[in-house]
Amino acid sequence: MFQKQTLAEKREQRWAYLMVAPTIIGLLVLNYYPLADTIRLSFSRTQTFGRSTFNGIENYITMFSTPEFWKATWNTVLFCILTVPVGIAIALLVAVLLNAKVKFKSGFRAIYFLPMVVAPAAVAMVWRWMFNGQYGIINTILGRQVNWLTNPNTAVVACAVVAIWSALGYDAVLLMSGLQNISKTYYEAASIDGASRVRQFFSITLPMISPTLFVTLIMRLMASLKVYDLIYMMIDTSNPVLPDVQSLMYLFYREAFVAGNKGYAAAICIWTIALIGIVTAVQFIGQKKWVNYEV
Amino acid sequence: MNETSLRRSQAVAKGLTYLFLIAGSVLMIFPFVWMILTSLKTLAESMQVPPTILPAKAVFENFTYAVTSLPFVNLYINTILLIFFRVVCAIAFSSMAGYAFAKLKFRGKNLLFGLVLVQMMMPSQIFIIPQYQMLASVSLTNSIFALVFPGIVSAFGTFFLRQSYLGIPNEIGEAAYLDGCNQWQTFTKVMAPLTGNSVAALTIFTAVFAYADLMWPLVVNTDINMMTLSSGLATLKGQFTTNYPVLMAGSLLAMIPMLVLYLFFQKQFVEGIAMTGGK
Repeated sequence: MFQKQTLAEKREQRWAYLMVAPTIIGLLVLNYYPLADTIRLSFSRTQTFGRSTFNGIENYITMFSTPEFWKATWNTVLFCILTVPVGIAIALLVAVLLNAKVKFKSGFRAIYFLPMVVAPAAVAMVWRWMFNGQYGIINTILGRQVNWLTNPNTAVVACAVVAIWSALGYDAVLLMSGLQNISKTYYEAASIDGASRVRQFFSITLPMISPTLFVTLIMRLMASLKVYDLIYMMIDTSNPVLPDVQSLMYLFYREAFVAGNKGYAAAICIWTIALIGIVTAVQFIGQKKWVNYEV
Repeated sequence: MNETSLRRSQAVAKGLTYLFLIAGSVLMIFPFVWMILTSLKTLAESMQVPPTILPAKAVFENFTYAVTSLPFVNLYINTILLIFFRVVCAIAFSSMAGYAFAKLKFRGKNLLFGLVLVQMMMPSQIFIIPQYQMLASVSLTNSIFALVFPGIVSAFGTFFLRQSYLGIPNEIGEAAYLDGCNQWQTFTKVMAPLTGNSVAALTIFTAVFAYADLMWPLVVNTDINMMTLSSGLATLKGQFTTNYPVLMAGSLLAMIPMLVLYLFFQKQFVEGIAMTGGK
Protein backbone atom coordinates (compact mmCIF):
# COMPACT_ATOMS: atom_id res chain seq x y z
CA MET A 1 0.00 0.00 0.00
CA PHE A 2 2.70 2.45 1.03
CA GLN A 3 4.78 1.42 -1.97
CA LYS A 4 1.92 1.96 -4.36
CA GLN A 5 1.16 5.43 -3.04
CA THR A 6 4.66 6.70 -3.58
CA LEU A 7 4.47 5.31 -7.08
CA ALA A 8 1.32 7.34 -7.71
CA GLU A 9 2.96 10.34 -6.14
CA LYS A 10 5.99 9.91 -8.32
CA ARG A 11 3.79 9.73 -11.36
CA GLU A 12 2.00 12.88 -10.26
CA GLN A 13 5.29 14.62 -9.75
CA ARG A 14 6.47 13.63 -13.22
CA TRP A 15 3.32 15.06 -14.76
CA ALA A 16 3.74 18.22 -12.73
CA TYR A 17 7.28 18.78 -13.99
CA LEU A 18 6.19 18.16 -17.56
CA MET A 19 3.37 20.64 -17.23
CA VAL A 20 5.38 23.45 -15.66
CA ALA A 21 8.41 22.82 -17.88
CA PRO A 22 7.45 25.10 -20.83
CA THR A 23 6.64 27.99 -18.53
CA ILE A 24 9.68 27.60 -16.32
CA ILE A 25 12.09 27.12 -19.23
CA GLY A 26 10.46 30.08 -20.95
CA LEU A 27 10.83 32.27 -17.87
CA LEU A 28 14.47 31.32 -17.50
CA VAL A 29 15.31 31.99 -21.14
CA LEU A 30 13.06 34.97 -21.74
CA ASN A 31 13.19 36.71 -18.38
CA TYR A 32 15.77 35.50 -15.90
CA TYR A 33 18.69 35.29 -18.30
CA PRO A 34 17.80 38.75 -19.73
CA LEU A 35 17.47 40.12 -16.20
CA ALA A 36 20.98 38.95 -15.33
CA ASP A 37 22.25 40.17 -18.68
CA THR A 38 20.74 43.64 -18.20
CA ILE A 39 22.42 43.91 -14.83
CA ARG A 40 25.72 42.78 -16.38
CA LEU A 41 25.28 45.23 -19.27
CA SER A 42 24.76 48.10 -16.86
CA PHE A 43 28.34 47.49 -15.70
CA SER A 44 29.67 47.26 -19.24
CA ARG A 45 30.66 49.43 -22.12
CA THR A 46 28.94 48.54 -25.38
CA GLN A 47 31.19 47.97 -28.32
CA THR A 48 30.52 47.15 -31.93
CA PHE A 49 28.80 43.89 -32.90
CA GLY A 50 27.01 43.65 -29.58
CA ARG A 51 30.18 42.89 -27.63
CA SER A 52 30.79 44.60 -24.35
CA THR A 53 33.54 44.95 -21.79
CA PHE A 54 33.30 45.33 -18.04
CA ASN A 55 33.74 48.91 -16.94
CA GLY A 56 32.60 48.89 -13.34
CA ILE A 57 30.15 51.56 -12.24
CA GLU A 58 31.13 53.94 -15.02
CA ASN A 59 27.65 53.91 -16.57
CA TYR A 60 26.13 54.81 -13.24
CA ILE A 61 28.64 57.61 -12.70
CA THR A 62 27.88 58.97 -16.16
CA MET A 63 24.17 58.64 -15.50
CA PHE A 64 24.19 60.42 -12.15
CA SER A 65 26.26 63.26 -13.55
CA THR A 66 24.08 63.80 -16.63
CA PRO A 67 21.48 66.57 -16.29
CA GLU A 68 19.35 64.95 -19.02
CA PHE A 69 18.96 61.86 -16.84
CA TRP A 70 17.90 63.84 -13.77
CA LYS A 71 15.52 65.83 -15.92
CA ALA A 72 13.99 62.59 -17.22
CA THR A 73 13.62 61.30 -13.66
CA TRP A 74 11.91 64.51 -12.63
CA ASN A 75 9.70 64.42 -15.75
CA THR A 76 8.60 60.90 -14.82
CA VAL A 77 7.84 61.88 -11.23
CA LEU A 78 6.03 65.03 -12.39
CA PHE A 79 4.00 62.95 -14.82
CA CYS A 80 2.91 60.73 -11.92
CA ILE A 81 2.06 63.72 -9.74
CA LEU A 82 -0.02 65.26 -12.52
CA THR A 83 -1.84 62.11 -13.58
CA VAL A 84 -2.25 59.69 -10.68
CA PRO A 85 -4.11 61.68 -7.97
CA VAL A 86 -6.39 63.53 -10.40
CA GLY A 87 -6.95 60.44 -12.53
CA ILE A 88 -7.91 58.26 -9.60
CA ALA A 89 -10.14 60.94 -8.08
CA ILE A 90 -12.09 61.28 -11.34
CA ALA A 91 -12.21 57.49 -11.74
CA LEU A 92 -13.64 57.19 -8.23
CA LEU A 93 -16.27 59.81 -8.99
CA VAL A 94 -17.26 57.99 -12.19
CA ALA A 95 -17.33 54.66 -10.35
CA VAL A 96 -19.55 56.02 -7.57
CA LEU A 97 -21.96 57.58 -10.06
CA LEU A 98 -22.09 54.42 -12.17
CA ASN A 99 -22.64 52.35 -9.05
CA ALA A 100 -25.82 54.31 -8.29
CA LYS A 101 -29.07 53.26 -9.91
CA VAL A 102 -28.58 54.69 -13.39
CA LYS A 103 -30.00 53.66 -16.73
CA PHE A 104 -27.64 52.53 -19.51
CA LYS A 105 -25.10 51.59 -16.87
CA SER A 106 -23.28 49.09 -19.08
CA GLY A 107 -23.43 51.55 -21.97
CA PHE A 108 -21.76 54.27 -19.92
CA ARG A 109 -19.22 51.79 -18.64
CA ALA A 110 -18.38 50.69 -22.17
CA ILE A 111 -17.91 54.30 -23.29
CA TYR A 112 -15.57 55.19 -20.43
CA PHE A 113 -13.64 51.98 -21.02
CA LEU A 114 -13.22 52.63 -24.75
CA PRO A 115 -9.64 54.03 -24.70
CA MET A 116 -8.47 50.81 -23.09
CA VAL A 117 -9.18 48.67 -26.17
CA VAL A 118 -7.63 50.89 -28.81
CA ALA A 119 -3.88 51.16 -29.29
CA PRO A 120 -2.29 54.08 -27.42
CA ALA A 121 -0.49 54.89 -30.65
CA ALA A 122 -3.78 55.62 -32.39
CA VAL A 123 -5.21 57.48 -29.41
CA ALA A 124 -2.17 59.72 -29.07
CA MET A 125 -2.41 60.60 -32.76
CA VAL A 126 -5.83 62.20 -32.49
CA TRP A 127 -4.87 64.04 -29.30
CA ARG A 128 -1.82 65.47 -31.05
CA TRP A 129 -4.16 66.79 -33.67
CA MET A 130 -6.59 68.23 -31.13
CA PHE A 131 -3.72 69.87 -29.22
CA ASN A 132 -2.22 71.28 -32.42
CA GLY A 133 -1.24 74.90 -31.79
CA GLN A 134 -2.42 76.32 -35.11
CA TYR A 135 -5.44 74.30 -36.15
CA GLY A 136 -6.28 72.26 -33.05
CA ILE A 137 -9.88 72.06 -31.90
CA ILE A 138 -8.86 72.55 -28.26
CA ASN A 139 -7.51 76.01 -28.94
CA THR A 140 -10.66 76.81 -30.91
CA ILE A 141 -12.85 75.76 -27.98
CA LEU A 142 -10.72 77.65 -25.46
CA GLY A 143 -10.48 80.64 -27.79
CA ARG A 144 -6.75 80.82 -27.03
CA GLN A 145 -3.58 80.41 -29.00
CA VAL A 146 -1.52 77.92 -26.98
CA ASN A 147 1.29 75.94 -28.56
CA TRP A 148 0.53 72.97 -26.39
CA LEU A 149 3.10 70.53 -27.69
CA THR A 150 5.98 72.87 -28.33
CA ASN A 151 6.00 74.67 -25.00
CA PRO A 152 7.72 72.68 -22.22
CA ASN A 153 5.17 73.58 -19.55
CA THR A 154 2.06 72.85 -21.56
CA ALA A 155 3.46 69.74 -23.25
CA VAL A 156 3.57 67.98 -19.89
CA VAL A 157 0.00 69.05 -19.20
CA ALA A 158 -1.15 67.81 -22.61
CA CYS A 159 0.46 64.41 -22.03
CA ALA A 160 -1.11 64.26 -18.58
CA VAL A 161 -4.57 64.99 -19.97
CA VAL A 162 -4.25 62.16 -22.50
CA ALA A 163 -2.97 59.79 -19.82
CA ILE A 164 -5.87 60.56 -17.49
CA TRP A 165 -8.38 60.24 -20.32
CA SER A 166 -6.87 56.89 -21.35
CA ALA A 167 -6.80 55.29 -17.91
CA LEU A 168 -10.06 56.67 -16.55
CA GLY A 169 -12.39 53.86 -17.60
CA TYR A 170 -10.05 51.09 -16.55
CA ASP A 171 -9.54 52.53 -13.08
CA ALA A 172 -13.27 53.23 -12.75
CA VAL A 173 -14.14 49.62 -13.59
CA LEU A 174 -11.65 48.35 -11.00
CA LEU A 175 -13.10 50.69 -8.39
CA MET A 176 -16.66 49.70 -9.30
CA SER A 177 -15.89 46.09 -8.47
CA GLY A 178 -14.82 47.30 -5.03
CA LEU A 179 -17.96 49.39 -4.62
CA GLN A 180 -20.19 46.46 -5.45
CA ASN A 181 -18.84 44.60 -2.44
CA ILE A 182 -20.07 47.23 0.01
CA SER A 183 -23.25 46.00 1.63
CA LYS A 184 -26.32 48.21 0.99
CA THR A 185 -27.32 47.90 4.66
CA TYR A 186 -24.63 50.40 5.67
CA TYR A 187 -26.17 53.04 3.48
CA GLU A 188 -29.69 52.21 4.63
CA ALA A 189 -28.64 52.55 8.26
CA ALA A 190 -26.88 55.84 7.51
CA SER A 191 -29.93 57.22 5.68
CA ILE A 192 -32.16 56.40 8.63
CA ASP A 193 -29.73 58.26 10.85
CA GLY A 194 -30.03 61.22 8.50
CA ALA A 195 -26.53 61.19 7.04
CA SER A 196 -26.24 63.14 3.80
CA ARG A 197 -24.94 61.59 0.57
CA VAL A 198 -21.66 63.44 0.95
CA ARG A 199 -21.32 62.31 4.54
CA GLN A 200 -22.09 58.72 3.47
CA PHE A 201 -19.37 58.89 0.85
CA PHE A 202 -16.70 59.96 3.33
CA SER A 203 -17.83 57.79 6.25
CA ILE A 204 -18.83 54.59 4.44
CA THR A 205 -17.73 54.47 0.82
CA LEU A 206 -14.21 55.81 1.21
CA PRO A 207 -13.11 53.60 4.13
CA MET A 208 -14.81 50.55 2.65
CA ILE A 209 -13.26 50.99 -0.78
CA SER A 210 -9.79 51.88 0.51
CA PRO A 211 -8.29 48.41 -0.18
CA THR A 212 -9.43 48.54 -3.84
CA LEU A 213 -8.34 52.16 -4.04
CA PHE A 214 -4.92 51.13 -2.82
CA VAL A 215 -4.56 48.38 -5.45
CA THR A 216 -5.68 50.78 -8.19
CA LEU A 217 -3.24 53.41 -6.94
CA ILE A 218 -0.30 51.00 -6.92
CA MET A 219 -1.09 49.74 -10.42
CA ARG A 220 -1.53 53.22 -11.81
CA LEU A 221 1.70 54.43 -10.18
CA MET A 222 3.69 51.50 -11.54
CA ALA A 223 2.29 52.02 -15.04
CA SER A 224 2.91 55.78 -14.90
CA LEU A 225 6.53 55.39 -13.78
CA LYS A 226 7.04 53.21 -16.88
CA VAL A 227 5.27 55.60 -19.25
CA TYR A 228 6.70 55.56 -22.74
CA ASP A 229 4.35 54.97 -25.67
CA LEU A 230 2.10 57.95 -25.05
CA ILE A 231 4.94 60.45 -24.77
CA TYR A 232 6.72 58.83 -27.71
CA MET A 233 3.66 59.38 -29.88
CA MET A 234 2.86 62.86 -28.58
CA ILE A 235 6.37 64.35 -28.64
CA ASP A 236 8.57 63.64 -31.67
CA THR A 237 12.28 63.09 -31.29
CA SER A 238 12.79 66.29 -33.28
CA ASN A 239 10.55 68.33 -30.98
CA PRO A 240 12.73 70.80 -29.03
CA VAL A 241 10.73 70.24 -25.82
CA LEU A 242 11.69 66.56 -25.77
CA PRO A 243 14.24 66.95 -22.93
CA ASP A 244 11.57 68.66 -20.83
CA VAL A 245 8.99 65.95 -21.33
CA GLN A 246 10.77 62.68 -22.00
CA SER A 247 10.26 60.02 -19.36
CA LEU A 248 12.90 57.60 -18.10
CA MET A 249 11.65 54.84 -20.38
CA TYR A 250 11.70 57.16 -23.38
CA LEU A 251 15.31 58.05 -22.57
CA PHE A 252 16.00 54.34 -22.13
CA TYR A 253 14.54 53.57 -25.56
CA ARG A 254 16.56 56.31 -27.24
CA GLU A 255 19.81 55.35 -25.57
CA ALA A 256 19.37 51.61 -26.17
CA PHE A 257 17.94 51.49 -29.67
CA VAL A 258 18.60 54.85 -31.30
CA ALA A 259 21.98 55.88 -29.86
CA GLY A 260 23.16 52.31 -29.29
CA ASN A 261 24.45 52.89 -25.75
CA LYS A 262 23.09 49.64 -24.40
CA GLY A 263 25.18 49.63 -21.24
CA TYR A 264 24.12 53.14 -20.30
CA ALA A 265 20.51 52.31 -21.19
CA ALA A 266 20.66 49.23 -18.95
CA ALA A 267 21.76 51.45 -16.07
CA ILE A 268 18.78 53.74 -16.70
CA CYS A 269 16.54 50.68 -16.67
CA ILE A 270 17.94 49.45 -13.34
CA TRP A 271 17.44 52.93 -11.90
CA THR A 272 13.82 53.02 -13.07
CA ILE A 273 13.15 49.70 -11.42
CA ALA A 274 14.76 50.90 -8.21
CA LEU A 275 12.52 53.97 -8.40
CA ILE A 276 9.43 51.82 -8.89
CA GLY A 277 10.53 49.69 -5.96
CA ILE A 278 11.01 52.69 -3.69
CA VAL A 279 7.69 54.30 -4.64
CA THR A 280 5.84 51.00 -4.15
CA ALA A 281 7.52 50.41 -0.78
CA VAL A 282 6.56 53.92 0.36
CA GLN A 283 2.97 53.22 -0.68
CA PHE A 284 2.91 49.96 1.23
CA ILE A 285 4.21 51.68 4.37
CA GLY A 286 1.87 54.64 3.92
CA GLN A 287 -1.18 52.44 3.39
CA LYS A 288 -1.33 51.61 7.12
CA LYS A 289 -2.47 55.17 7.68
CA TRP A 290 -5.45 55.11 5.36
CA VAL A 291 -6.31 51.64 4.09
CA ASN A 292 -8.98 49.90 6.11
CA TYR A 293 -8.89 46.11 6.03
CA GLU A 294 -11.28 45.51 8.93
CA VAL A 295 -14.47 44.56 7.19
CA MET B 1 -36.51 67.68 6.08
CA ASN B 2 -40.01 67.06 4.82
CA GLU B 3 -41.08 64.55 2.21
CA THR B 4 -41.27 66.90 -0.80
CA SER B 5 -37.94 68.60 -0.28
CA LEU B 6 -36.29 65.21 0.21
CA ARG B 7 -37.77 64.00 -3.04
CA ARG B 8 -36.71 67.18 -4.77
CA SER B 9 -33.11 66.86 -3.57
CA GLN B 10 -33.09 63.26 -4.77
CA ALA B 11 -34.30 64.37 -8.19
CA VAL B 12 -31.58 67.02 -8.30
CA ALA B 13 -28.95 64.44 -7.33
CA LYS B 14 -30.19 62.12 -10.05
CA GLY B 15 -30.14 64.92 -12.59
CA LEU B 16 -26.60 65.90 -11.65
CA THR B 17 -25.49 62.27 -11.90
CA TYR B 18 -26.79 61.98 -15.45
CA LEU B 19 -25.44 65.38 -16.37
CA PHE B 20 -21.97 64.43 -15.22
CA LEU B 21 -22.03 60.97 -16.79
CA ILE B 22 -23.27 62.28 -20.13
CA ALA B 23 -20.77 65.16 -20.17
CA GLY B 24 -18.02 62.66 -19.35
CA SER B 25 -19.18 60.33 -22.11
CA VAL B 26 -19.05 63.17 -24.62
CA LEU B 27 -15.46 63.86 -23.58
CA MET B 28 -14.62 60.17 -23.94
CA ILE B 29 -16.18 59.81 -27.38
CA PHE B 30 -15.30 63.19 -28.86
CA PRO B 31 -11.67 62.32 -29.85
CA PHE B 32 -12.98 59.34 -31.83
CA VAL B 33 -15.63 61.44 -33.54
CA TRP B 34 -13.08 64.10 -34.34
CA MET B 35 -10.79 61.45 -35.77
CA ILE B 36 -13.52 60.22 -38.11
CA LEU B 37 -14.55 63.73 -39.16
CA THR B 38 -10.97 64.84 -39.81
CA SER B 39 -10.18 61.71 -41.81
CA LEU B 40 -12.98 62.67 -44.22
CA LYS B 41 -11.76 66.25 -44.78
CA THR B 42 -9.33 67.51 -47.36
CA LEU B 43 -6.00 68.78 -46.05
CA ALA B 44 -7.02 72.35 -46.87
CA GLU B 45 -10.30 72.04 -45.04
CA SER B 46 -8.67 70.50 -41.99
CA MET B 47 -6.52 73.61 -41.65
CA GLN B 48 -9.35 76.12 -41.80
CA VAL B 49 -9.59 78.53 -38.90
CA PRO B 50 -12.07 78.28 -37.31
CA PRO B 51 -12.41 74.57 -38.14
CA THR B 52 -15.50 73.18 -39.77
CA ILE B 53 -17.25 70.52 -37.74
CA LEU B 54 -18.64 68.39 -40.54
CA PRO B 55 -16.57 67.98 -43.69
CA ALA B 56 -17.87 70.18 -46.52
CA LYS B 57 -17.77 67.12 -48.72
CA ALA B 58 -16.68 63.73 -47.40
CA VAL B 59 -13.56 62.61 -49.24
CA PHE B 60 -11.90 59.23 -49.01
CA GLU B 61 -8.55 60.16 -50.54
CA ASN B 62 -6.90 60.19 -47.09
CA PHE B 63 -7.59 56.50 -46.71
CA THR B 64 -6.07 55.91 -50.13
CA TYR B 65 -2.94 57.84 -49.11
CA ALA B 66 -2.67 55.95 -45.84
CA VAL B 67 -3.07 52.58 -47.53
CA THR B 68 -0.59 53.36 -50.31
CA SER B 69 2.09 54.70 -47.98
CA LEU B 70 1.79 51.92 -45.42
CA PRO B 71 1.33 48.21 -46.24
CA PHE B 72 -1.85 47.96 -44.18
CA VAL B 73 -2.63 44.43 -45.29
CA ASN B 74 0.70 43.26 -43.91
CA LEU B 75 0.18 45.25 -40.73
CA TYR B 76 -3.19 43.60 -40.19
CA ILE B 77 -1.81 40.14 -40.88
CA ASN B 78 1.22 40.67 -38.62
CA THR B 79 -0.93 42.00 -35.81
CA ILE B 80 -3.41 39.15 -36.14
CA LEU B 81 -0.62 36.55 -36.15
CA LEU B 82 1.06 38.23 -33.19
CA ILE B 83 -2.18 38.16 -31.22
CA PHE B 84 -3.02 34.62 -32.30
CA PHE B 85 0.31 33.09 -31.26
CA ARG B 86 0.53 35.09 -28.05
CA VAL B 87 -2.96 33.99 -27.06
CA VAL B 88 -2.42 30.34 -27.97
CA CYS B 89 0.91 30.19 -26.12
CA ALA B 90 -0.42 32.02 -23.08
CA ILE B 91 -3.44 29.74 -22.79
CA ALA B 92 -1.67 26.45 -23.48
CA PHE B 93 1.40 26.95 -21.30
CA SER B 94 -0.30 28.93 -18.55
CA SER B 95 -3.14 26.40 -18.26
CA MET B 96 -0.69 23.55 -17.88
CA ALA B 97 1.51 25.32 -15.38
CA GLY B 98 -1.41 26.90 -13.55
CA TYR B 99 -3.03 23.49 -13.12
CA ALA B 100 0.19 21.89 -11.88
CA PHE B 101 0.83 24.71 -9.41
CA ALA B 102 -2.73 24.58 -8.11
CA LYS B 103 -3.48 20.90 -8.01
CA LEU B 104 -0.36 18.72 -8.15
CA LYS B 105 2.23 17.95 -5.52
CA PHE B 106 5.86 18.15 -6.55
CA ARG B 107 9.20 18.98 -5.07
CA GLY B 108 10.41 22.55 -5.58
CA LYS B 109 6.90 23.84 -6.25
CA ASN B 110 7.25 26.92 -4.04
CA LEU B 111 10.59 27.83 -5.50
CA LEU B 112 9.32 27.49 -9.07
CA PHE B 113 6.17 29.43 -8.29
CA GLY B 114 8.42 32.08 -6.77
CA LEU B 115 10.02 32.46 -10.20
CA VAL B 116 6.57 33.18 -11.61
CA LEU B 117 5.71 35.74 -8.94
CA VAL B 118 9.00 37.61 -9.14
CA GLN B 119 8.75 37.89 -12.92
CA MET B 120 5.31 39.45 -12.57
CA MET B 121 6.72 42.24 -10.45
CA MET B 122 9.39 43.23 -12.95
CA PRO B 123 8.69 45.73 -15.71
CA SER B 124 9.11 44.22 -19.16
CA GLN B 125 11.64 46.86 -20.23
CA ILE B 126 14.31 45.23 -18.11
CA PHE B 127 14.30 42.21 -20.43
CA ILE B 128 14.11 44.06 -23.69
CA ILE B 129 17.78 44.65 -24.60
CA PRO B 130 18.92 41.04 -24.07
CA GLN B 131 15.76 39.71 -25.73
CA TYR B 132 16.54 41.84 -28.73
CA GLN B 133 20.18 40.76 -28.76
CA MET B 134 19.22 37.09 -28.59
CA LEU B 135 17.09 37.47 -31.68
CA ALA B 136 19.63 39.63 -33.47
CA SER B 137 22.43 37.14 -32.83
CA VAL B 138 20.52 34.46 -34.72
CA SER B 139 19.18 36.89 -37.34
CA LEU B 140 15.57 36.36 -36.33
CA THR B 141 14.56 40.00 -36.14
CA ASN B 142 11.96 41.17 -38.66
CA SER B 143 9.84 38.08 -38.26
CA ILE B 144 6.56 37.02 -36.73
CA PHE B 145 8.52 34.88 -34.31
CA ALA B 146 10.35 38.00 -33.11
CA LEU B 147 7.04 39.75 -32.43
CA VAL B 148 5.71 36.82 -30.42
CA PHE B 149 9.01 36.04 -28.67
CA PRO B 150 8.72 37.86 -25.29
CA GLY B 151 5.17 36.57 -24.87
CA ILE B 152 5.74 32.87 -25.50
CA VAL B 153 5.20 32.20 -21.83
CA SER B 154 3.18 34.33 -19.48
CA ALA B 155 3.95 34.53 -15.78
CA PHE B 156 0.85 36.59 -15.29
CA GLY B 157 -1.27 34.03 -17.15
CA THR B 158 0.16 31.24 -15.02
CA PHE B 159 -0.64 33.11 -11.85
CA PHE B 160 -4.09 34.03 -13.07
CA LEU B 161 -5.09 30.54 -14.20
CA ARG B 162 -3.65 28.99 -11.05
CA GLN B 163 -6.15 31.15 -9.14
CA SER B 164 -8.87 29.76 -11.34
CA TYR B 165 -7.82 26.12 -10.75
CA LEU B 166 -7.58 26.75 -7.02
CA GLY B 167 -11.26 27.62 -7.13
CA ILE B 168 -12.21 24.18 -8.45
CA PRO B 169 -12.86 21.66 -5.65
CA ASN B 170 -10.29 18.87 -5.40
CA GLU B 171 -13.09 16.28 -5.32
CA ILE B 172 -13.76 16.83 -9.02
CA GLY B 173 -10.22 15.88 -9.93
CA GLU B 174 -10.24 12.95 -7.54
CA ALA B 175 -13.47 11.63 -9.03
CA ALA B 176 -11.98 11.77 -12.51
CA TYR B 177 -8.88 10.00 -11.25
CA LEU B 178 -10.97 7.22 -9.71
CA ASP B 179 -12.80 6.88 -13.00
CA GLY B 180 -9.45 5.95 -14.53
CA CYS B 181 -8.30 9.25 -15.99
CA ASN B 182 -4.56 9.85 -15.79
CA GLN B 183 -3.27 13.28 -14.78
CA TRP B 184 -3.23 14.55 -18.33
CA GLN B 185 -6.77 13.39 -19.04
CA THR B 186 -7.99 14.82 -15.75
CA PHE B 187 -6.48 18.10 -16.77
CA THR B 188 -7.62 18.29 -20.39
CA LYS B 189 -11.01 16.57 -20.15
CA VAL B 190 -12.25 17.57 -16.71
CA MET B 191 -10.42 20.52 -15.18
CA ALA B 192 -9.43 22.77 -18.10
CA PRO B 193 -13.00 23.08 -19.45
CA LEU B 194 -14.07 24.44 -16.07
CA THR B 195 -11.79 27.47 -16.39
CA GLY B 196 -13.58 28.87 -19.46
CA ASN B 197 -14.31 32.30 -18.00
CA SER B 198 -10.75 32.84 -16.88
CA VAL B 199 -9.37 31.62 -20.19
CA ALA B 200 -11.67 34.06 -21.99
CA ALA B 201 -10.49 36.88 -19.75
CA LEU B 202 -6.85 35.95 -20.33
CA THR B 203 -7.46 35.82 -24.08
CA ILE B 204 -8.88 39.33 -24.15
CA PHE B 205 -6.19 40.66 -21.83
CA THR B 206 -3.38 39.10 -23.88
CA ALA B 207 -4.88 40.27 -27.18
CA VAL B 208 -5.42 43.86 -26.06
CA PHE B 209 -1.92 44.18 -24.66
CA ALA B 210 -0.24 42.56 -27.66
CA TYR B 211 -2.15 44.94 -29.92
CA ALA B 212 -1.29 48.01 -27.83
CA ASP B 213 2.39 47.21 -27.33
CA LEU B 214 4.63 49.72 -29.04
CA MET B 215 8.23 49.52 -27.83
CA TRP B 216 8.92 45.88 -28.62
CA PRO B 217 7.56 45.81 -32.20
CA LEU B 218 9.28 49.13 -32.89
CA VAL B 219 12.60 47.72 -31.72
CA VAL B 220 12.52 44.25 -33.17
CA ASN B 221 10.83 44.64 -36.54
CA THR B 222 12.18 47.62 -38.39
CA ASP B 223 11.13 46.38 -41.82
CA ILE B 224 7.91 48.18 -42.65
CA ASN B 225 6.34 45.00 -44.00
CA MET B 226 6.88 43.22 -40.69
CA MET B 227 5.46 45.90 -38.43
CA THR B 228 2.30 45.78 -36.33
CA LEU B 229 -0.53 48.29 -36.56
CA SER B 230 0.90 50.20 -33.58
CA SER B 231 4.46 50.45 -34.79
CA GLY B 232 3.30 51.05 -38.37
CA LEU B 233 1.25 53.98 -37.15
CA ALA B 234 4.31 55.41 -35.41
CA THR B 235 6.08 55.22 -38.76
CA LEU B 236 3.19 56.89 -40.58
CA LYS B 237 3.53 59.73 -38.08
CA GLY B 238 7.08 60.27 -39.30
CA GLN B 239 6.01 60.35 -42.97
CA PHE B 240 2.99 62.64 -42.73
CA THR B 241 4.10 64.84 -39.86
CA THR B 242 1.51 67.52 -40.44
CA ASN B 243 -0.98 65.89 -42.78
CA TYR B 244 -3.50 65.13 -40.09
CA PRO B 245 -6.34 63.91 -42.30
CA VAL B 246 -4.08 61.10 -43.53
CA LEU B 247 -2.85 60.38 -40.00
CA MET B 248 -6.45 60.22 -38.78
CA ALA B 249 -7.37 57.87 -41.61
CA GLY B 250 -4.43 55.64 -40.70
CA SER B 251 -5.28 55.68 -37.00
CA LEU B 252 -8.87 54.85 -37.80
CA LEU B 253 -7.82 51.91 -39.98
CA ALA B 254 -5.56 50.70 -37.15
CA MET B 255 -8.28 50.78 -34.53
CA ILE B 256 -11.30 49.57 -36.50
CA PRO B 257 -10.78 45.81 -35.97
CA MET B 258 -10.55 46.17 -32.19
CA LEU B 259 -13.43 48.64 -32.11
CA VAL B 260 -15.67 46.25 -34.03
CA LEU B 261 -14.78 43.38 -31.69
CA TYR B 262 -15.40 45.67 -28.74
CA LEU B 263 -18.80 46.65 -30.09
CA PHE B 264 -19.89 43.02 -30.06
CA PHE B 265 -18.11 41.82 -26.94
CA GLN B 266 -17.96 44.95 -24.80
CA LYS B 267 -19.20 43.15 -21.70
CA GLN B 268 -16.54 40.44 -22.04
CA PHE B 269 -13.84 43.03 -22.74
CA VAL B 270 -14.67 45.18 -19.73
CA GLU B 271 -15.18 42.31 -17.35
CA GLY B 272 -12.25 40.30 -18.70
CA ILE B 273 -9.79 43.13 -18.34
CA ALA B 274 -11.19 44.16 -14.96
CA MET B 275 -11.01 40.54 -13.79
CA THR B 276 -7.37 40.19 -14.83
CA GLY B 277 -6.42 43.61 -13.50
CA GLY B 278 -8.19 43.36 -10.18
CA LYS B 279 -6.02 40.54 -8.95
